[in-house]
Amino acid sequence: MVQSLASWFGGRGKLEAREEIAFHLFAAPWLIGFLVFTAYPTLASFFLSFTHYEVITPAQWIGLDNYLFVLHDPLFWQSLQVTALYAVGSVSLGVTFAFLLALLMNQPVPGISVYRTLYYLPSTISGVPVALLWMWVFDPAFGVLNNVLKFFGIQGPQWLFSTTWVLPAFIIMSLWGVGGAMVIYLAGLQGIPRHLYEAAELDGATAVTRFRHVTIPMVSPVIFFNLILSIIGSFQTFTAAYVMTSGGPANASLFYALYLYQNAFQFFKMGYASALAWVLLVIILALSMVVIQSSPYWVYYEGKLKG
Amino acid sequence: MRTETEAFPHSTLPVPRAAVPLWRRRSLRRRLPLVGTNLVILIGAFVVSIPLLWMLSTSVKDPGDVFLQPPQWIPSVFRWANYAEAVNAIPFWTYTTNSIIITALGVIGEVVSCSLVAYAFARLRSRDKDVLFLILLSTMMLPGEVKLVPTYLMFRWFGWLNTFLPLVVPHFFGGAFYIFLLRQFFLTLPLEMDEAAKVDGAGYLRIFWNIILPLAKPALATVAIFSFYSIWNDFLSPLIYLSKEDNYTLPLGLQAFIGAYGVIHWTWLMAASVLALIPCVVIFFTFQRWFIEGAVLSGLKG
Repeated sequence: MVQSLASWFGGRGKLEAREEIAFHLFAAPWLIGFLVFTAYPTLASFFLSFTHYEVITPAQWIGLDNYLFVLHDPLFWQSLQVTALYAVGSVSLGVTFAFLLALLMNQPVPGISVYRTLYYLPSTISGVPVALLWMWVFDPAFGVLNNVLKFFGIQGPQWLFSTTWVLPAFIIMSLWGVGGAMVIYLAGLQGIPRHLYEAAELDGATAVTRFRHVTIPMVSPVIFFNLILSIIGSFQTFTAAYVMTSGGPANASLFYALYLYQNAFQFFKMGYASALAWVLLVIILALSMVVIQSSPYWVYYEGKLKG
Repeated sequence: MRTETEAFPHSTLPVPRAAVPLWRRRSLRRRLPLVGTNLVILIGAFVVSIPLLWMLSTSVKDPGDVFLQPPQWIPSVFRWANYAEAVNAIPFWTYTTNSIIITALGVIGEVVSCSLVAYAFARLRSRDKDVLFLILLSTMMLPGEVKLVPTYLMFRWFGWLNTFLPLVVPHFFGGAFYIFLLRQFFLTLPLEMDEAAKVDGAGYLRIFWNIILPLAKPALATVAIFSFYSIWNDFLSPLIYLSKEDNYTLPLGLQAFIGAYGVIHWTWLMAASVLALIPCVVIFFTFQRWFIEGAVLSGLKG
């Protein structure tokens, strides 16, 4: 601090000081935004999580009660289970499908750019219209899905109206949007230097070996980054659940974000909702740490020898 | 086939020319797998397109034909009146106008604020820069739910409920992800031009405005497109902050439409959904190149 003040007034540091001020001025929108729309709400929500607060009466300090209540709240566990099952299903299948699609899209097939567009398009539309569209696709009697199944002689389930099939329905819907990850993996695939394949081929590596020891390691950093984003994203599923099922039937699609929303804005339990938010934050951080910790075992970074 | 340098012309990533997959090089195993690959891609493309085709088909069906078994893919009569009726059944144009106002202001806010901040992080030196950049990156990991309740209470305290302000103002303070994206792009621009301008006596604002911004158009377009999508499609914020129907955005209005007639009126609902999706699809096809580039840029550089 003393040093920086000195350089503000010192001759040599005059330009430096100007630049220092300019940096803060240019960064001001984000600096202010960070304080007002991120730092303050985050700290406030931590504080609120230790209170009983229903908006109309002042917040009341209740210590750890909200967190203790979380542990004994069957709906919390239900929403956690729903979200975890969905996350496992949609992330694992999503990464697999996206990667397979990227491999396909990397083939010299005629009209490939048209195909890329077709596969990518669904991932670029989202929100309420898409949720409505899928409600209609999943309609047990008149929806396209069960009609196609019927064509193959299969009696389709009740989908959004079935406690068993509602989560698979959401997972299927999420797979429709794998085009986004596909494009990223495709760029990763195309970024692999050809000489690696050529060298492997000279060494007599078969196609499978080349895939296993060149392709997969080279795209693993991309998959890694995408995996973290997908996990975080799946824990924040809200719009589709709110619009399509409102968490039903019998809370079988009570996603975590939906339960949090209900507590905050339908039951007006602001303190409890804040506690739920912090539990979510801890869960997401823990999951991210697990992925990051596991990365040395399966992510290859160029220029670093794997031990 | 186009080479990748053409497909991603402004890409800052070291993307070499598309590699011809090597397992395909040997003439012996050449033909057969290619036919199989073709077929898989073709069938997949059809499956992926079904939901959208189904939506389009429903949107022009006679309401009675919706329940035909087996379903009609191409309706016997195209009933375009569904669109007119859907638009009249709800205050569709009010919703659309609201969505346009909010989205336009939000996009302007993001582009202006993020480019300023990104310039600071990419070009200016400061003792605090590294720490602040680390904070910026870590805010990207923070789930929005954590901020949800206090942010709502804050806007409530401001008296901003049932106005567009909570949906617009935050966008003028820079989204971390877009700042990061722009900073990455600014870093690739040659520093010599800044230096030359500095020698000529140009200030930071001049350099930013006259040198950086014109060169950064593709990246700015990417930010504009991405923020357009996220604001246009946003559902949670309008749901929390807007409770008067006159203020509803399109997604909120569509959601209210579901139960409005007791039974779900699928032809109207699909027609209105098609209309709501049109801007997104048009923008996608117009700016596909920047779109993909932005997606790649955001996904590759962790």
